[in-house]
Amino acid sequence: MFSFIARRVGLLIPTFFGVTLLTFALIRMIPGDPVEVMMGERRLDPEMHAQAMERLGLNKPLYEQYFDYIGKLAHGDLGESLRSRESVWGEFSALFPATLELSIAALMFAGVLGLLAGVIAALKRGSWFDHGVMGISLAGYSMPIFWWGLILIMFFSVGLGWTPVSGRIDLLFDIEPKTGFMLIDTLFSDEDGAFLDALHHLILPAIVLGTIPLAVIARMTRSSMLEVLREDYIRTARAKGLSPARVVFVHGLRNALIPVLTVVGLQVGTLLAGAVLTETIFSWPGIGKWLIEAIGARDYPVVQNGILLIACLVIMVNFVVDILYGFANPRIRHQR
Amino acid sequence: MNTSNTATEVDQSLLYPSPYKEFWHAFAQNKGAVAGLLFMSLIVFCAIFAPWVAPHNPSEQYRDFLLTPPVWLEGGNWQFLLGTDELGRDLLSRLIEGSRLSLLIGLSSVVISLIPGVILGLFAGFFPRLLGPGIMRLMDIMLALPSLLLAVAIVAILGPGLINTVIAIAVVSLPSYVRLTRAAVMGELSRDYVTAARLAGAGLPRLMFITVLPNCMAPLIVQATLSFSSAILDAAALGFLGLGVQPPTPEWGTMLASARDYIERAWWVVTLPGLTILLSVLAINLMGDGLRDALDPKLKNAA
Repeated sequence: MFSFIARRVGLLIPTFFGVTLLTFALIRMIPGDPVEVMMGERRLDPEMHAQAMERLGLNKPLYEQYFDYIGKLAHGDLGESLRSRESVWGEFSALFPATLELSIAALMFAGVLGLLAGVIAALKRGSWFDHGVMGISLAGYSMPIFWWGLILIMFFSVGLGWTPVSGRIDLLFDIEPKTGFMLIDTLFSDEDGAFLDALHHLILPAIVLGTIPLAVIARMTRSSMLEVLREDYIRTARAKGLSPARVVFVHGLRNALIPVLTVVGLQVGTLLAGAVLTETIFSWPGIGKWLIEAIGARDYPVVQNGILLIACLVIMVNFVVDILYGFANPRIRHQR
Repeated sequence: MNTSNTATEVDQSLLYPSPYKEFWHAFAQNKGAVAGLLFMSLIVFCAIFAPWVAPHNPSEQYRDFLLTPPVWLEGGNWQFLLGTDELGRDLLSRLIEGSRLSLLIGLSSVVISLIPGVILGLFAGFFPRLLGPGIMRLMDIMLALPSLLLAVAIVAILGPGLINTVIAIAVVSLPSYVRLTRAAVMGELSRDYVTAARLAGAGLPRLMFITVLPNCMAPLIVQATLSFSSAILDAAALGFLGLGVQPPTPEWGTMLASARDYIERAWWVVTLPGLTILLSVLAINLMGDGLRDALDPKLKNAA
């Protein structure tokens, strides 16, 4: 087990450096003069231009610039936003809980509904329910979620008036961010109705973001469950007179879950990409919206290191999924 | 004369079915795939003959008909079957024009990423010690970034527009071709026919492109179909974020973005472009499923 983990860590390091190389190259790939693009002025006076080049370290040779960049990263210095003059790390860590809360809610929605639908579809293979689940999940998998969000807003927010159109909480409430998770913060605040209001804000974005994972989980659970239900130990469990529910959920689902969990883990990247779109539609103040606004404002330090942070997050989650998979399935550990 | 004719007929029926016939037989068993093929044929037809199919010029603004609802609604007009948008442009004509763009982006990004992807994959497979690890590590790094985010980053640097959208999507779909090709090549290299070709003195380019590559095509064709649909989806997402094709060009995602402001008044300008995206992507995915079942039965229950 130890050598398995060591090997995975060994793979992690070059990947990490590769990503830094990528984000480093991003800024250098801007066509034309990066200073002019960043300052947004066509005719900067030459002295200021030289100063800016000097300050950003753009006049040094490329390899020196890269080492400077790595050195700064090693010291935890991710630069500062050109717009707000706040540190990129500070902004990221302030906004990240919002994205995390949305992602967790989306995954919970997708997980509960997807597992249930997948298990029932597998048990009733070939029924109209099975065909329905497979059809709907294929549609969900092909869904342009930015459009899906607009349709839900049109129907539930504008048409029926059930849910708010945007944001995390009504402006009437003054919630002090303790954990950054709006649901938890409002639960412990003394403002009446704040928790319900936060919940109302969360529902639609969570459904939108959870749609594609829901489709993936339902399909995966169904096929994995179908495979498990053919196993001998299921027949044994049935033969010794266990209740059908126990056979399905304890003996069946537990074993069928392993591939499902792996797929869910690998979906984290997709989830973060989906968060960019979902947050844009619902004006959800998370890192996705932050990144898109930074791109619009040509705030390159935010773009560069925001992407670096997200990539590191995805790498770490994939690493953890890998390790957990190694625990769950010993055969993986001994592969080359 | 007569006897020889009947003899050939008998021979025909005993012959092993041609690969195309066999493929079509397997593909046609999947009803969803056939439905997808029909829908896509319609879209392709509209895209090719857009100027003749579209009832109006897609950029012509009919100032007296702003936000006209579709024909079946009250206030609808037979002149504009699916209604008009906020500038009085015919929605159906714009959707048809948009199909050209989406297909163009999908097709060109698949071609641009398929060719280098296959070549890199071949090299990684043929030189597993020398080039394999380097190439695969590079692909892992690209896979570490969510595809849409990587595309967003590329467009953020290169600037929005049609060509940069194609480049971004092509770069994003490169790793899957490299991985698939490499895996298929590694599987084929130990086969007897490759050894035979080597012994017969086939050079490296011949081994790569003529001996091995045709036998690795099945998963690549399936992957090309799937990345075609995700290219359409990603292009629309970029357009929606304002990073893709710029208005007033009628790209489906861009149309959605400008329709956002009319969500309370005119549901059709919001609903129809998105529905077109959904149906096209769904149709291609259904076709992809059918292709996979027909070409690569091993993968049938894989995902």
